[in-house]
Amino acid sequence: MALQNEYIQAQLVEKFGDQVTGFSTSTGMLAFESPKAINLKVLQFLFDEPSLGFTFLTDLCGVNYPDQVGAELVVVYHLHNLKENIRIRYSVSTSVNEPDVYTASKLFESANWMERETYDFFGINFVGHANLKRILNVDEMDYFPLRKEFPLEDQTRIDKDDEMFGRG
Amino acid sequence: MRPVRFNIHPKEAEIADAISMGAAPEGFGGEGFFATQLSSVVGLARKNSLWPLPFATSCCGIEFMATMASHYDLSRFGSERVGFSPRQCDLLMVMGTIAKKMAPVLRQVYIQMAEPRWVIAVGACASSGGIFDSYSVLQGIDQVIPVDVYVPGCPPRPEAIIDGFMKIQDLVGQESIRRRNSEKYKALLNSYGIQ
Repeated sequence: MALQNEYIQAQLVEKFGDQVTGFSTSTGMLAFESPKAINLKVLQFLFDEPSLGFTFLTDLCGVNYPDQVGAELVVVYHLHNLKENIRIRYSVSTSVNEPDVYTASKLFESANWMERETYDFFGINFVGHANLKRILNVDEMDYFPLRKEFPLEDQTRIDKDDEMFGRG
Repeated sequence: MRPVRFNIHPKEAEIADAISMGAAPEGFGGEGFFATQLSSVVGLARKNSLWPLPFATSCCGIEFMATMASHYDLSRFGSERVGFSPRQCDLLMVMGTIAKKMAPVLRQVYIQMAEPRWVIAVGACASSGGIFDSYSVLQGIDQVIPVDVYVPGCPPRPEAIIDGFMKIQDLVGQESIRRRNSEKYKALLNSYGIQ
């Protein structure tokens, strides 16, 4: 019997009760959320529970929803069960004023650079990360470019006519 | 009867037709002598033996490879040897998007080149950042190093790169040998923070 999304959901609800919420399925992929305080417990449970076995972190990234007050920043974990070839998506949200999320780099080595990237672009402070500094952008950059409050265009330019570029 | 393309006695090309001679500078000549300005002679030598240093980061670099290859053949212009050491080259050809993180590297390469040195910015990205009006991309390499010739295009065809190269040759040929010692040139470099 292959691993089913319904079984994963039942296991999570049995373990964490009403702390895991927002279950949905799109194109066959289960997605859910939880408060950021228990993100490591959830990841550890998905890793350790033999019948689940999500031992591979495919991706870790940030999302910025400026209109969700109190939950402006979201950290998304893509997990993969390599034996059953099942993927799930797990996310925690945090306020932009206090963007602290516990690091997953102790559990998954691959989280190290991906959390640095997420810090680089969204300014999410991964508590406990051993080397949380910019990885892709220049060290002198003093803002987090993928947050929606910052324009995507380079602000140092003076020679481009704004009207010609649709932002007059 | 054998088709023409299998002709075993091809006509020998006249070797003199394949040699292109640089035009002699203005001067006074007579039997056994020719007098002209030193800067003209130096310029003639420099412009017909430029050593390009390709700094290729993206698609313009591919166009440059076509420019170097046999069809367009950059070596017709005296650049037989494309060098990959900045210390031996006198023409920096920047082709492609330069990210802000790459800017100090490009600047370092420019500083490592010995005088006299020239810079050609090939393509929209190197000239102005191009379509990448973005937080991560340098908006034109002239923000970090002085540029002599800009080649527009996205990417420019090899003909355009050759045209830019010939513009550089004109600049090199006409340059005074004292220009690199002038106050104006030093002020230009100082404005980029290069000593």
